[in-house]
Amino acid sequence: MCYCRRRSPWLFHMNSGSCNGCDIEIVASLTPRYDAEQLGVRLEGSPRHADILCVTGPVTRNAVNAVKTVYDQVCGPKAVVAIGSCPATTNVFIDSRTLEGPLSKHIPVDVFVPGCPPRPDAIIAGVAKAAGILADRAANKPTPEPAPLTVVETTGQEVRA
Amino acid sequence: MNLTIALARLLVFPGLLFAIPFAWFFLWVERKAVALMQGRIGPPFMQPFYDFIKLLGKGNPPRTGLAGALMKIWPLLAVSSAAGAVALLPVLPHYGGFQGDLIFLLALLEVPSFCIIAAGFSSRSIFGEIGSAREAVLSVSYNIVFLLAIVSIAASQHTFRLDALAALPASPLRWLGVAAVLICLPAKLHLNPFSLPNAEQEIYAGPMTEYAGPELAMWELAHGLEWVAATGLVATLAAPQITLWWLAAIVFVGLSIGIVLLLSVLASATARLAIDSTVRFYWQCTLIFAVLAISSALFMRFRS
Repeated sequence: MCYCRRRSPWLFHMNSGSCNGCDIEIVASLTPRYDAEQLGVRLEGSPRHADILCVTGPVTRNAVNAVKTVYDQVCGPKAVVAIGSCPATTNVFIDSRTLEGPLSKHIPVDVFVPGCPPRPDAIIAGVAKAAGILADRAANKPTPEPAPLTVVETTGQEVRA
Repeated sequence: MNLTIALARLLVFPGLLFAIPFAWFFLWVERKAVALMQGRIGPPFMQPFYDFIKLLGKGNPPRTGLAGALMKIWPLLAVSSAAGAVALLPVLPHYGGFQGDLIFLLALLEVPSFCIIAAGFSSRSIFGEIGSAREAVLSVSYNIVFLLAIVSIAASQHTFRLDALAALPASPLRWLGVAAVLICLPAKLHLNPFSLPNAEQEIYAGPMTEYAGPELAMWELAHGLEWVAATGLVATLAAPQITLWWLAAIVFVGLSIGIVLLLSVLASATARLAIDSTVRFYWQCTLIFAVLAISSALFMRFRS
């Protein structure tokens, strides 16, 4: 069961106010050049089918409730991957009054994939790591703590309190 | 056919024990063929198995009341009827069919489609309802052609028994009928030019939108079994007469895989049609051929 969970991550892609850059890169990771389907990745249309929630965008005020609802609609065991710098730190939109970010204020995030936008291979690596975390958590093995925004230091930005 | 043989055929061969690995294999062949057509490597061989086991281990959304109970029943009904349809296929010679088993097979093949329509409406999701409405319209369109083609085959060969049909030499009319059935298969299996009901991303997941976990696993399994039953039916009608049973079995399996490859290549080479184009295609373009086939079958029957 653990192995099957690791080998079959189905994604649901949620845009929480992204500029569409990261969204394009998610789709690019399914194209012939990167071919994430070799890992069993499938982009699903419904959050009910998904194992991993991929969130892009800095979580705008309008999107907060949608993000929480969709997170609740994903059936467990589940994992969340924050794709791009926006959900991790709100990126260049920091201190904007239309934002409620970063994402980890609202739902527990397992893997951060930094970049603006991140490369498709980084996204695939993040999804594979999240699938491992999800499988270990479901099997009650010790899992790494949710990543404490260490990636942020490399971009030189501070997280708004 | 006594009860023991019937149970053995339903549960062992060509029923569940044989058909479930074959269903996964066909699902893999489909995904792999689409990936190769797109210049990708595609999923590993065991992928449908991994997906199935993973879905069995996932949680279900809470379901209450009558609608919840109905939503739990539909996938089970779809799986059992698709497995029954597979069990009726005359893979082995002298298996002991019965008069009219072709009609029973067609009825069982139709049940998963009804289950999908009912599941979408009982989920109360707007996307599920749109998908179900599309499935209903599609079903009305292709089934006329599909049934007329099968009836023309049966009428031209004077029998409704599957094993008798498989044993009789093929007439030119039969090939016309097989071609008409092949045209209907992409719609029956929700493949790409006619993948309207489950239109991925466009209407989320169509009738499956609210399904998760083990129930979704059952839907995937029903879909795989539908593949086995539908391609098996065409292979039965198209297979040449071979007396050696093992050679006949190899030809049967080879033909089934060939049909799966053909449909997958068609699916990856085409884009999804809109509902009005699909309906027009079946009612205007293919219905003529089906009517021609059945009228010539009846005409030949009265002459002989």
